[in-house]
Amino acid sequence: MQKYLLRRAVFALGTLFGVSLIIFVVLRILPGDPLVAILGVEGHSKLTAEQRAYMMRDLGLADSLPVQYGRWLREIASGQLGKSFFRGDTVSAMILHRGPLSAEIALLALVISWLVGLPVGVLSALRPNGWADAIARSISVLFIAVPGFWLSLLVVLALLFWFGYKAPIVIVHVWENPWQNLQQVIGPAVVLGLAQGAYIARMSRSCLLEVIREDYVRTARAKGARERAIVLRHALPNALLPVITISGVLLGFVLGGSVAVEQAFGVPGLGRALVVAIVERDIIVVQNLVLLYAAIFVVVNVFVDLSYALLDPRIRY
Amino acid sequence: MASADGSVLRELLGFARRNPLSVVGGIVGAIIIVVALGAPWIAPKEPLKTNFSRMNKPPDAQAWFGTDQVGRDTLSRVIHGARTSLFVAFSAVLLGTTVGSLWGVACGYLGGRFDLVSQRVMEVLQAFPDLILAMAISMAIGTGLPAVIVAIAITRLPFGGRVIRSVALSVREMPYVEAARAAGASQLRVMGLHVLPQCLAPYLVLATTHLGVAIVIEAALGFLGVGVPPPTPTWGNMLADAITGLVPAWWLVLYPGLAITVTVLAFNLLGDGIRDTLDPRLSPAMLRVLTGSGRRSATAAAPVAEGREEKAPA
Repeated sequence: MQKYLLRRAVFALGTLFGVSLIIFVVLRILPGDPLVAILGVEGHSKLTAEQRAYMMRDLGLADSLPVQYGRWLREIASGQLGKSFFRGDTVSAMILHRGPLSAEIALLALVISWLVGLPVGVLSALRPNGWADAIARSISVLFIAVPGFWLSLLVVLALLFWFGYKAPIVIVHVWENPWQNLQQVIGPAVVLGLAQGAYIARMSRSCLLEVIREDYVRTARAKGARERAIVLRHALPNALLPVITISGVLLGFVLGGSVAVEQAFGVPGLGRALVVAIVERDIIVVQNLVLLYAAIFVVVNVFVDLSYALLDPRIRY
Repeated sequence: MASADGSVLRELLGFARRNPLSVVGGIVGAIIIVVALGAPWIAPKEPLKTNFSRMNKPPDAQAWFGTDQVGRDTLSRVIHGARTSLFVAFSAVLLGTTVGSLWGVACGYLGGRFDLVSQRVMEVLQAFPDLILAMAISMAIGTGLPAVIVAIAITRLPFGGRVIRSVALSVREMPYVEAARAAGASQLRVMGLHVLPQCLAPYLVLATTHLGVAIVIEAALGFLGVGVPPPTPTWGNMLADAITGLVPAWWLVLYPGLAITVTVLAFNLLGDGIRDTLDPRLSPAMLRVLTGSGRRSATAAAPVAEGREEKAPA
């Protein structure tokens, strides 16, 4: 087990190293001068050559690419992640300030997706092709197709009409005012959670139906166990593993989707910061935030793999 | 292409009976494609023409979907938006899945160090959440139509690579492939003529199931301001425009999003049916329906382009 853990950790680190390399290469092939991108053509032409050179040095873009990359890796190791071109605050501060809000949204979305998706999936599997199953499946097909950010816009519109909703301007952390904090995160979390819940319902239904066909379930039936007990106690635990796996994969949707959903709700989370940075071409912020999102995705999926060994006694690494 | 002989027709009818929803999806998808292709003739007004005497008008008899902040007709913009959105999604999926699949065939068949390195690269690509990778690439190579297509295509690469690689791995061990090798066929010939055709069914499944994802990513990029640049009407751009005002007009939010949802739903339903039919047991008869009969399927790309047109009206 420990050996496996170590191997997974080394692999994950290798992947993240590759991720950082790709981010760096992609962001440095930006066509043209980064100063033009930042200042615009007019602003750029107003600067003298010395001013330009000074700015490039100040931004850390004057060195050769390997030197820049090496510096970035050192920054990551030390936890001091450069600073924004425009705002002067460091990326680390930005992550610490805005990160908790986005993390709350993602976690809450995960909880909602299981709370909604699993019961719906079980209900579907109890009477496959019955009317409840048909309704549940149509709704999940619909929710998989609806883009989260559009659903968010509709929710915002509705709230605006009936409750005079205003997009939050300042971040309220959960430890400052839990009630206001909940108001900020609940919308994005519900929208993201329902979309993931649709996948979870689908997956748990098909896994359950597969497990129910197995011999040991027939044995349970033969000895006269009640249908509810058969499904919940005998079949469900064995059907859950793939659902957990897909939950890890779905995190990718949540992370990516939360960027657009935060923008739609106007929630000032980390995703919103990423959008602003990308539109402003704030390279340093973009490279660090993209790496952060990828790192979370990779690490969570390592934990998903490990949870297999914990949940299924047949699997031992 | 496929001469309408009885067996093909029977297969199609059988497919329709088994997957009625999928057929509905196919028909709706076909209608949307026709509308997109015929946008200049179907749209009632010019999508870019402003009309300052009719700004921010809710839906009425003159403009069924209302008008936006500068008086452009929303219905016409949604119709023209279908054009851009579908073009981007189709090109991106075609490019990404095709390149990914060819890569996967090479990985599975060649194996060895090439495969090992490729697998690591695909793992790295899959470590990014789709939308975030697409955003970063689209920002880096400039926001134009080709940039958006390439950005979305790159996020599709590892899916094709992984799935097709596993198919190629198993096909490689089949006796007929061994026979071809024994007969002295070059590696390229074996891959192209003997392994590739077997990857066609999973390729089709991949391509159709990823269409919906590509449409959503394109819309999200437009919404976030890194997609196809305005004033080109795309569904994502329209949603971004809609919320620039303090109080967004409901018709500017509702209709473009509805267009995205209906389109994604249609392609997803179609894809589900094709996956159910092709994936569990690759029925050769069904393959023939989708790709045309005979063994002309030496390269994956050509039959797919034809197959797409054929299965849509099914």
